[in-house]
Amino acid sequence: MNAPLTAAALAAKDFKSDYKPVWCPGCGDYSVLSAITKALATLGLRPENVAVISGIGCSSRIPAYTTCYGFHGVHGRALPAATGLKAARPDLTVLVASGDGDGYSIGGNHFLHACRRNVDLTYIVMDNHVYGMTKGQPSPTTEPDWSSKLAPGGTGLREFHPLVIALASGANYIARGFSGDPNGCAALIAEAVRHPGFSFVEILSPCVTFRPEQREWKQAVRPSPVAPTDDPARAARRLMTDDGFNLGVLYKGSRPPFAGAPAAPTHAVQDLEKGFEL
Amino acid sequence: MRRTVSAALAGSGGAGVMTAGNMLLEAAAAAGYYGLMTRTSGPQIRGGEAAAMVRVATFPTDAQDDRFDILAAIDWQNVHRFASELPLGAHSVVLGDPAQGEPPEVFLKTGARFLPVPLKKIAAAIPGAWPNMVALGVLAGLMGLPPEALERAARKSMKKGLEAGLAAAREGMVQASTFPEESLFRLDKRPQDRKRWLVTGNEAAGYGALRGGVRFVAAYPITPATELLEWLSPALAKVGGTLVQAEDELASINMALGASYGGVPALTATSGPGLSLMSEALGLGVAAEIPVVVVDVMRTGPSTGIATKSEQADLDIALHGLHGDAPHVVVAPNSVADCVAATEWAVGLAESLQVPALVLSDQYFGQARAVVDAPRSERFALKRLVAELKEREAAGDQEEKESKEKSYNRYAITPSGVSPMAIPGTPGCRYTADGLEHNEKGTPSSQAGDHLAQMDKRARKLSQLDPGEHWASIEGEGDTAVVTFGSCTGPVREAMARAGWKAKLVSLRLLSPAQPERLAKALAGVKRVLVVEQNHSGQFLRYLRADYDLPGEVKSLRRPGPLPFRPEEILQSLQAWEAA
Amino acid sequence: MSARSPAAAQAYDYAEFMARAYAIELEATERYAQFAEQMEAHNNPEVAALFRKLSGFEALHAKRILGEMGWVDMPALPPPLAWEGGGEGPETAPFEALHYLMQPYHALELALRCELQALEYFEGIAKRDVPAQVKAAALDMAAEERLHAALIRDWMQRVPPPAEGWDEDPDPPRMNE
Repeated sequence: MNAPLTAAALAAKDFKSDYKPVWCPGCGDYSVLSAITKALATLGLRPENVAVISGIGCSSRIPAYTTCYGFHGVHGRALPAATGLKAARPDLTVLVASGDGDGYSIGGNHFLHACRRNVDLTYIVMDNHVYGMTKGQPSPTTEPDWSSKLAPGGTGLREFHPLVIALASGANYIARGFSGDPNGCAALIAEAVRHPGFSFVEILSPCVTFRPEQREWKQAVRPSPVAPTDDPARAARRLMTDDGFNLGVLYKGSRPPFAGAPAAPTHAVQDLEKGFEL
Repeated sequence: MRRTVSAALAGSGGAGVMTAGNMLLEAAAAAGYYGLMTRTSGPQIRGGEAAAMVRVATFPTDAQDDRFDILAAIDWQNVHRFASELPLGAHSVVLGDPAQGEPPEVFLKTGARFLPVPLKKIAAAIPGAWPNMVALGVLAGLMGLPPEALERAARKSMKKGLEAGLAAAREGMVQASTFPEESLFRLDKRPQDRKRWLVTGNEAAGYGALRGGVRFVAAYPITPATELLEWLSPALAKVGGTLVQAEDELASINMALGASYGGVPALTATSGPGLSLMSEALGLGVAAEIPVVVVDVMRTGPSTGIATKSEQADLDIALHGLHGDAPHVVVAPNSVADCVAATEWAVGLAESLQVPALVLSDQYFGQARAVVDAPRSERFALKRLVAELKEREAAGDQEEKESKEKSYNRYAITPSGVSPMAIPGTPGCRYTADGLEHNEKGTPSSQAGDHLAQMDKRARKLSQLDPGEHWASIEGEGDTAVVTFGSCTGPVREAMARAGWKAKLVSLRLLSPAQPERLAKALAGVKRVLVVEQNHSGQFLRYLRADYDLPGEVKSLRRPGPLPFRPEEILQSLQAWEAA
Repeated sequence: MSARSPAAAQAYDYAEFMARAYAIELEATERYAQFAEQMEAHNNPEVAALFRKLSGFEALHAKRILGEMGWVDMPALPPPLAWEGGGEGPETAPFEALHYLMQPYHALELALRCELQALEYFEGIAKRDVPAQVKAAALDMAAEERLHAALIRDWMQRVPPPAEGWDEDPDPPRMNE
């Protein structure tokens, strides 16, 4: 044997563009970018057949850092843009990148309906419990007592539980990763892409600038002690009691994905005039 | 004999006035006439008062007439609320069932004559028949429509109770034949048979969209745009497109942008409140140069306003509602039939210029059902400029592919401002569509030079547009001109026809980019300009003042919705001015 | 997490071992290159240059493996290998270790940690019941990592250790969007 093990058609680096990220060094999002590129390489995809859609925020800078087709849209609306793209172009692999502010706050309603609609998308949310691009305001996943300029002494509000919401809303695949383990995240993302329907991958991705204490997450995270379930009731119990640090695939459903893809035309456009003719 | 007759049929929910109104229009269409039906109703979902307003004419028209010749009612409960929408004259007749009491005073004080017809009693004598069919027969009889046309319309519309319905309608016609001659409104003989359509403005816009190539529609229901989306849903399935119902208008516009970014021409339709929500994403379409079409079926605003009634008050937001300098296209159809061509054109402009295009329709057009001459196909050759991989590259020359990749500039500065757009799936031209200001490559940039260059590029796309003759409808000659747009065009056109076309009509179809040179040419020699629009603040006048030079004296004729202009008002306004 | 546990290594065939070793070096090469880019983008050229150098060393090591095996090209990283044990390669520096104001000393500290992890990994394999050829190769690799570690320690003597407050920035972070 004088050749290494089977090489993928493309390597992870082929999915990484020449643009230099603006993220702070140490940011978890670098790792998520690495995970995405590795997952795409593993899946044997071509960059031109993959689209990465995002909204606004640190996380949402990701599309341009890949060599895939990218769409950096408006704040909170990545999921609708991705839904339109995938519905119109089911041949493409569509990833959606978001953060806890973009995805759970301003884009919260779309999150519910994307889960419910179950379009075959992979939704990757980089959760750092803070608005980074606007300098450190509390997000929906921020702890109630985290003090900031906008909410001195904390918001006093309980955190949003994205995984529970996703399950209740009908997401077909729910996983949690940690940016400290890019290969683990890559595996979760690859599986999410393979799994039909709406796949939700929440990645804990520390903000070293506004939440330096999140460096401690490395000690807090652990692989989920139980295997993934396809039973929503069991998953619900598990997620409701989850402390937010269990990693891995937590739910894998079998709901049929959105079936709205365009079919072959049966009529010429002009035929529709018959409906108006007297 | 008359060239046109207008009739309104009113009654409470359950009386079937809309069904009967539709059949009256269909009967007129079957007899070879033109016409249109509009509607008004109370706020109730079911059971409320409603009126179908049908105008039949020997000529194509989009306007309501000055007055209704006939007002018929199955019952009078709360019908007085429609008094301002149902103007009558001394020549008019009011038909009603004596069992329902006297017609409201507000109608009788116009001098209109009351003709009692025992609708309920007649219907009761025919098992399974309804009073609305008797009323339909009376109306058809008063207009002199042939019984066979009425029968054809009934056969087309009635799923059950056809025979009883026909019997009731025939009995209604018999009743009409007993009326005195001065109460009849017999129509002139029907015009020559031309190929005609029976269509609503919403359907016409939907069809225009498909003709323009739209194959993806995102839909969020809103009155009065919903029917447009509902028409498109099965139609898209037939032509290989798809429709997704969105969770809100923020989603629908972003879905449309996503699909269009994927290379599929996309559209959504909404009304003022929805358009307000879409503003931010429309700006994304401008900045990222993604074609998209939004049909705004305008209703009365601000806020929720009067959802079921028409107004031309979204002009400001359509033209100026986006933040930043955001050049985009605004097109306004000026007849029900023009909803086809205007929407088709808007799709072509959006696609070829890679910009968002708004179509300013309104409730009047959208929900009016009209008999129109079949619109001719415009055959716009306006397609999206797509970046394609050269064959050699596609064949797998890796080096070539890579160099192409490095050289592909999504937002390249070109003389026309339009740069080739790569469609996902195309190797060698990958890029990120971005709402952040960017350089030619698409990389976010905060540099003054890139901002200026891209602003110039985006503005140039529109300033270099040559709309040909499509920018306006220009009719008549004279030293007085009426400048208008949208659904005001119908009544203006009719007013000018009545005056023998001694004045000039300029109805703008392309509102953005503005065409000051073209309008100046069209208005050369004009001494008086009357600006007609249906809103309170004179948005159209302000737009003309800002972007155009109007010659001579300028006057504004305007009022907010929901009351449509009637030809007589416009005529009087012109005559008073000319006499002064 | 036991991301770097060598116990997960199941491949004892010589070619497989070498492929794995190659993957470790390649991943380290790429990671240091990414770090260099990050430092360049954040106006820290001194540390950027250092990461470039480190990337170069790892690349040399990777190339040597290719040469030894007679493999023509730098093949793509075999993904299953990359995910061995659920973590990253033992010599791969973690993303979170970076700071925009970091100094050469920090970068060397980081590199030393990676070399020692790699050393531990190869020694662990050599200690196991593996074919003689694999054992010899693993010891070879371990020796190389040990050498690298010594070099880095040397190097650290030549750069000043960071002063207290090295990560202080008088200006607040910037708003971007």
